[in-house]
Amino acid sequence: MSFADKLLKYQEFPFASYLAGVTGADIERTLAKEALVERDFLNLLSEQAVPYLERMAQKAHQLTVQNFGRVILLYTPLYLANYCVNQCAYCGFNVTNRITRKKLTLEEVEKEARAIAQTGLRHILILTGESRHHTPVSYIEDCVRVLKNYFDSISIEIYPLTEEEYGQLVAAGVDGLTLYQEVYDPVTYDEIHLAGPKKDYRFRLAAPERACRARMRAVNIGALLGLQDWRKEAFFTGLHAAYLQDKYLDTEISVSLPRLRPHVGNFAPRSVVSDRDLVQILLALRLFLPRAGITISTRERAEFRDNLLPLGVTKMSAGSCTSVGGHLEEATEGQFDIADQRSVREMHAMLVSRGYQPLYKDWHHL
Amino acid sequence: MEDKLIIGGQELESRLFIGTGKFSSHEIIPKVIAVSGSQVITMALRRVNFSNEQDNVLNYIDKKCILLPNTSGARNAGEAVRIARIAREAGCGNWVKIEVISDNKYLLPDNYETIRATEILAKEGFVVLPYMSPDLMAAKRLEEAGAAAVMPLGAPIGTNRGLMTRELIRILIAEIKVPIIVDAGIGRPSQAAEAMEMGAAAVLVNTAIATAQDPVQTARAFSLAVQAGRMAFLSGPGAVQEYAVASSPLTGFLHK
Repeated sequence: MSFADKLLKYQEFPFASYLAGVTGADIERTLAKEALVERDFLNLLSEQAVPYLERMAQKAHQLTVQNFGRVILLYTPLYLANYCVNQCAYCGFNVTNRITRKKLTLEEVEKEARAIAQTGLRHILILTGESRHHTPVSYIEDCVRVLKNYFDSISIEIYPLTEEEYGQLVAAGVDGLTLYQEVYDPVTYDEIHLAGPKKDYRFRLAAPERACRARMRAVNIGALLGLQDWRKEAFFTGLHAAYLQDKYLDTEISVSLPRLRPHVGNFAPRSVVSDRDLVQILLALRLFLPRAGITISTRERAEFRDNLLPLGVTKMSAGSCTSVGGHLEEATEGQFDIADQRSVREMHAMLVSRGYQPLYKDWHHL
Repeated sequence: MEDKLIIGGQELESRLFIGTGKFSSHEIIPKVIAVSGSQVITMALRRVNFSNEQDNVLNYIDKKCILLPNTSGARNAGEAVRIARIAREAGCGNWVKIEVISDNKYLLPDNYETIRATEILAKEGFVVLPYMSPDLMAAKRLEEAGAAAVMPLGAPIGTNRGLMTRELIRILIAEIKVPIIVDAGIGRPSQAAEAMEMGAAAVLVNTAIATAQDPVQTARAFSLAVQAGRMAFLSGPGAVQEYAVASSPLTGFLHK
């Protein structure tokens, strides 16, 4: 069964009445279990779970320390280009936005790489918009060849590819994929992706699975929180991660929890996700998927990120910028505004002061 | 009485091997090594940061210790072999702990791929210590393939559940000639002592020490437990009886 089929099974599911019917006793039962099933996960996402957040947090913390230790992997994004043919209502790179468009030359990629590597980071996430014309797979491959000299792990966050193309990038030295479905609800998906190849919901939905089949080592998924009812979106994200984890046993599956940030253009979130809501999602995910990686990016404020640290987080970005050429002198407008401007050194100091080991390297090119 | 563990031609006093993962900082590692007296220290090659002296875990391990790089992250024999070669070229010595895990959920080892990697690496002169699911036939294959020791799991990695595989490990101890080192799952010093009492040659502990409130004291407790367990094994504990043994036996008159 594909994940699309699995989602279909939930199309008729009465979320509103189920969530309203969850009782304190249900939450107690869920918390007493060692391994959670889908309904348990949904229970923990319900309003009734709010009074149990502290207990969930204690359990989430213990599970995370047991599985990952007091260790946080640090990485940073590197924007290669911002050319994009899509019209996503919520994104600064939207083709209709009049921003400076740029694509790094290989020399510029090298300069950026050198600047980032000097901060001590060994894991990099490279990003582009969707433009097969400006940033074809061959361009990504060329960039990876340069970056391999500076980093131990290279992940991509680009437009969805075919299995063969993922295989090509794995062979070039890419070991991780980040790809957000943005929104799992197909109706909303269609509404906010106004034009462009990204309108193809199913091609995107199956992309993480294609990457697993192409032997990508790590696959990171997520929903852009704020685009639709967060309880349902968080639920589907967890189901998607569980589906991949069960089917592709040797791939490391992670989940990101990106909240919609201000950007160029105007798009108001449809479902406001408060700090408390984000904490609830994070805890529910950790209890449902004790072995999954969880990423919190610089979309979140410094102080809030620090507080999330012991609740199940395993990866954090540092020294981030979302513009093309951000580590050089001339940068473009960013994809979205970042809220945590701390440098790698500052993040390092924060982690150490809180009794966590900043992890710079967790892979080695073979 | 002299009681040394010999692996790969090396004589070891300490029967507690320790891991370097999951600690809140590298600075704790030398203290843990010092109080535990451990002589064999394992580290994931994937995490050794060769480009930063301060972050490089190798710089926190006493030079007198034997490095046991592990192949964490390997999904098959081919990857394990490549990681082992990289570790040796990088100066980590010729010991290797093979860890082939193709299941990220339970982190259970793939015995079949582990045997294949052991065959290749033993031929290349490595001292190979394969991490495995305790299965007698697989352990025999590993022994034939040239493993210097066999490392069955007590319970899945990081679970601190103790010797859940006790009966299977007991059989390995009885049937396999190379040392049996219980790796993974040992959560408390008493469980380490139990493994040693059963006749395990050594134990490897990481999570239970690294994630303890006080890792240094915990390491000391494990070290003492391993010594006590070993001593108990060597001295041959009394047999367990179903009934109390009366000090004034009823049939004593027969022997008068």
